[in-house]
Amino acid sequence: MSGKPKLHYFNGRGRMESIRWLLAAAGVEFDECFLETRDDLLKLQKSGTLLFQQVPMVEIDGMKMVQTRAIGNYIAAKYNLYGKDLKERALIDMYVEAIIDLDELLMMYALQPADKKEQYLANIVDKATNRYFPVYEKVLKDHGQDFLVGNQLSRADVQLLEALLMAEEYKSDILAKFPLLQSFKARISNVPTIKKFLQPGSQRKPPLQEKDLPKVMKIFNLGH
Amino acid sequence: MSEKPRLIYFNGRGRMESVRWLLAAARVEFEEIFLDTREQYVKLIKDGSLMFQQVPLVEIDGMKMVQTRAILSYIAGKYNLYGKDLKERAFIDMYVEGITDLMHMILMFPFSPPEAKEKNLALITERATHRYFPVFEKALKQHGQDFLVGNQVSWADIQLMEVILAVEEKTPAVLSAFPQLQAFKTRMSNMPAIKKFLQPGSPRKPPPDDHYVSTVLKVLAEE
Repeated sequence: MSGKPKLHYFNGRGRMESIRWLLAAAGVEFDECFLETRDDLLKLQKSGTLLFQQVPMVEIDGMKMVQTRAIGNYIAAKYNLYGKDLKERALIDMYVEAIIDLDELLMMYALQPADKKEQYLANIVDKATNRYFPVYEKVLKDHGQDFLVGNQLSRADVQLLEALLMAEEYKSDILAKFPLLQSFKARISNVPTIKKFLQPGSQRKPPLQEKDLPKVMKIFNLGH
Repeated sequence: MSEKPRLIYFNGRGRMESVRWLLAAARVEFEEIFLDTREQYVKLIKDGSLMFQQVPLVEIDGMKMVQTRAILSYIAGKYNLYGKDLKERAFIDMYVEGITDLMHMILMFPFSPPEAKEKNLALITERATHRYFPVFEKALKQHGQDFLVGNQVSWADIQLMEVILAVEEKTPAVLSAFPQLQAFKTRMSNMPAIKKFLQPGSPRKPPPDDHYVSTVLKVLAEE
């Protein structure tokens, strides 16, 4: 029996991508089991392995963990990506929670009706450049350190890099006004485990293609 | 300078209520500042007090904490309501996250359009009785202990108590098929700190009404 964590999700980013990033950054190899059809999800639900009948689900250390944040918390703490004390954890949590809010915005773009997409994109860019990015730019500026919290790599850095790269997929020059985030992006991308994850052939998933949207909607029974 | 935590939010439940529950259960006295006007809110933003321009805001231990989960995690960690090791924390997190999903439906309910309210109410009841409550009923039945995780009170128990009462306000007989949860509710109600919180005059807020909804919309200038 493999000791590696096993991820259950569809073959795409969604809510599992930040878990893939975190495991990769921690240098932890993992297996993946992809849901291809709605039946795959129903089967998993019937087997009683999904605590609240939802994915993501990660088999790790004898547990069948669900709830993205719970999984992320566990991995971060286990692999020393959660700061050294309660106060550092508080900062990491604040930063990560906001990044999750931004990720949700980005994720929901694909589900917008065609005539609403342009306005939605404008909202994403507005929130990213006026609400979220300035905070992290300032944090880096104020302490002048390489990482967001406690002068060492943490989950906050990993999640921020993920969000920066995703935002750039929507608007390639979205970091134009944020020099420190640009250098942060280069620096964290060069962390060996992360560099490896950013190379082709890794378990990082591509953005959702329009053509794949119907399949995803079907698996999760969305939009009916 | 007061050492008590200070909560800044609307005078109502919303996202801050879970923080009030947790602090009360931990026997931590706190102060509250209520947002009634847009001017107060704009001033907080201009002062730089709101990291992401959002409330809840909790001033605690020299920090201006935002993001509800970050605040709750900190309080749980500080006051020994987060289990004794990583694995217990994992279970507490899973339970809390599930409860938060249900709480979120209740939180958003007063803001849904009138024509959607009946459907949303039915969904809350359906999710509670088929997705969430069975999990906690089973957990309590399987280990036979008083609390959800690790045989001591944790953040998960307090959140479960909060959501049970919130759903009961909408569907009074919702626990009828859940004897373990009924006993759990009685047990938790009798814990001194929670008993005190459930009495009139405590910081516990009443269910949201029209005035609360219009205040929130006005302060946040949401369309």
